[in-house]
Amino acid sequence: MISSLTQAERGAAMLITLAGMVAGLAMAAAGQGDPMGAHGWIVLLFFALFFGLLARAAYGSDELEDRSLAYYDDPTKVGILLSLAWAVIAMGMGVWVAAQLAWPDLRFDAAWSGFGRLRPVHTSGVIFGFGGNALIATSFHIMQRTSRARMPGQVAPWFVLFGFNLFCLIAASGYLMGVTQSKEYAEPEWYADIWLVVVWVVYFTLYIRTLARRREPHIYVANWYYLAFILVVAVLHIVNNLAVPASWTGAKSYSAFSGVQDAMTQWWYGHNAVAFFLTSGFLGMLYYFLPKRAERPIYSYRLSILSFWGITFFYIWAGSHHLHYTALPHWVQTLGMTFSVMLLVPSWASAGNALMTLNGAWHKVRDDATLRFMMVAAVFYGLSTFEGSFMAIRPVNGLSHYTEWTIGHVHAGAMGWVALITFGSIYALVPGLWRRETMYSWKAVEWHFWIALAGTVIYVFAMWNSGIIQGLMWRTYGESGTLRYSFTDSLVAMHPYYVARAFGGLLFVTGAIIGAWNVVMTIRHVPRQVPERDHPTTSETMEPALPAAE
Amino acid sequence: MSVLAFLIPVTLVMGALGLAAFFWSLRSGQYEDLTGDAERILFDADDTPLTPPRTSSRRDTTSKETTK
Repeated sequence: MISSLTQAERGAAMLITLAGMVAGLAMAAAGQGDPMGAHGWIVLLFFALFFGLLARAAYGSDELEDRSLAYYDDPTKVGILLSLAWAVIAMGMGVWVAAQLAWPDLRFDAAWSGFGRLRPVHTSGVIFGFGGNALIATSFHIMQRTSRARMPGQVAPWFVLFGFNLFCLIAASGYLMGVTQSKEYAEPEWYADIWLVVVWVVYFTLYIRTLARRREPHIYVANWYYLAFILVVAVLHIVNNLAVPASWTGAKSYSAFSGVQDAMTQWWYGHNAVAFFLTSGFLGMLYYFLPKRAERPIYSYRLSILSFWGITFFYIWAGSHHLHYTALPHWVQTLGMTFSVMLLVPSWASAGNALMTLNGAWHKVRDDATLRFMMVAAVFYGLSTFEGSFMAIRPVNGLSHYTEWTIGHVHAGAMGWVALITFGSIYALVPGLWRRETMYSWKAVEWHFWIALAGTVIYVFAMWNSGIIQGLMWRTYGESGTLRYSFTDSLVAMHPYYVARAFGGLLFVTGAIIGAWNVVMTIRHVPRQVPERDHPTTSETMEPALPAAE
Repeated sequence: MSVLAFLIPVTLVMGALGLAAFFWSLRSGQYEDLTGDAERILFDADDTPLTPPRTSSRRDTTSKETTK
């Protein structure tokens, strides 16, 4: 890794890590007695680790490969491994919190292990740790391949990757200490938010600089999806996290907005985080790896471009459907509902386009679990976008909101769509990236596929059933016009479904562990592929090159 | 609802940016050869960047053919 950096790049990297160490020390000193101080130590240690690695190699060899001859894949490789590590940790957390709902004793009476603190470790860990790392890794791969150009420089990609993981680390450790600004998917406090803005700006400029170097005139559609993901997430993140720190020496801050204004900003962010973090970026993955794996061009490239502009222009207005029947003005709710229903068109266009691409390649779907991951992901994308549009309709929302149905919907998208397309893409990417012939075990990929699918189906069906039961119990009135069931009645009715949900999640994380094991074994034990010649060879020219002894 | 006086302009500006990007892509000829654009990602068996034009390698000439 470090040996492929030039002396100038090593110097720049050391300066950055040094600045990081100073910032960490300042946070640790200023935030004594506050979780911010603990975060200061984490930041200090994090940068010290990289400073140490760089210092050891500072005067090492400077023999560099010709950079114009190959893509820069090291950050992609590390990103994939980090993504898998986060997947196992964060999905494991998910199983733990799911089990806590069924058996509350599993909290073990500690403050840090309460549901309220562990749940954001699960959600942030899965969305940002697993999903974010996978997005960064695959975007580095795709932007270089489709541009037929190498990334500029070798410091920025590492800065983006490790900087982003530092954000995830601060976020997750903060939740355990009770640091949160209580905004869903935007829980980290002000200093973590500022750091993410820095990382994100570097990410965006890196992407644009790579595209500017492209040797292929056309910008492939996947790049547009990734760019929308990066750009829109930046704007959403900045606006939703506008806050005034209570002091410069503590983690606590107060939102710039209050009451329903704050709620509207939060769900404008929250829904678009689903749209541009969990949809747009992963559609970029789908539009690259599905055609590559099926060895067929996308069914309608024109439609893929149309659906890109469709979701880009529609999604941003849909957030207010999270606030039906609240103090939010009625017309704003209706606006969000209308756009949510319209979204079905570009969403199904993408799902249909992916499935139509497989027409003529269904035998590959049957034989190849990797392609099957992507196919089922497209099906779940279609299912959950339909469900999302449906649930955004005000009267339907009256039944579904605040119930487990919402959790079921989110997980149909997160497990069925996001995670399955990611695992499919990782299996498609890993052998080529490490120049291996195949994955270590194709049987393990099959097992992962079926376990993950079974886990998703069990999870989603359990939550659909429990959510609808819950919603109906809460709105059932007796003869005298009073509520028929107490809240506790509905809670007792949930128990079997909570057990089923924890079991479904356990299956899913088992699949992820199998996947991570398979990837590690592929890297360690599958022989390197003999590099293919990239110039024409004929039998005559080959002849003299053969060693005489053989 | 002062927040809407904030969110709606932000959203409209983002929409306008998107529209500008779309018109740029339209005018710069991004959509001239959609069939070729969709298929070219499938042909990178050697998995290396295209070399700069000054070195005349085989790959470079084929890329010129496909983009025209």
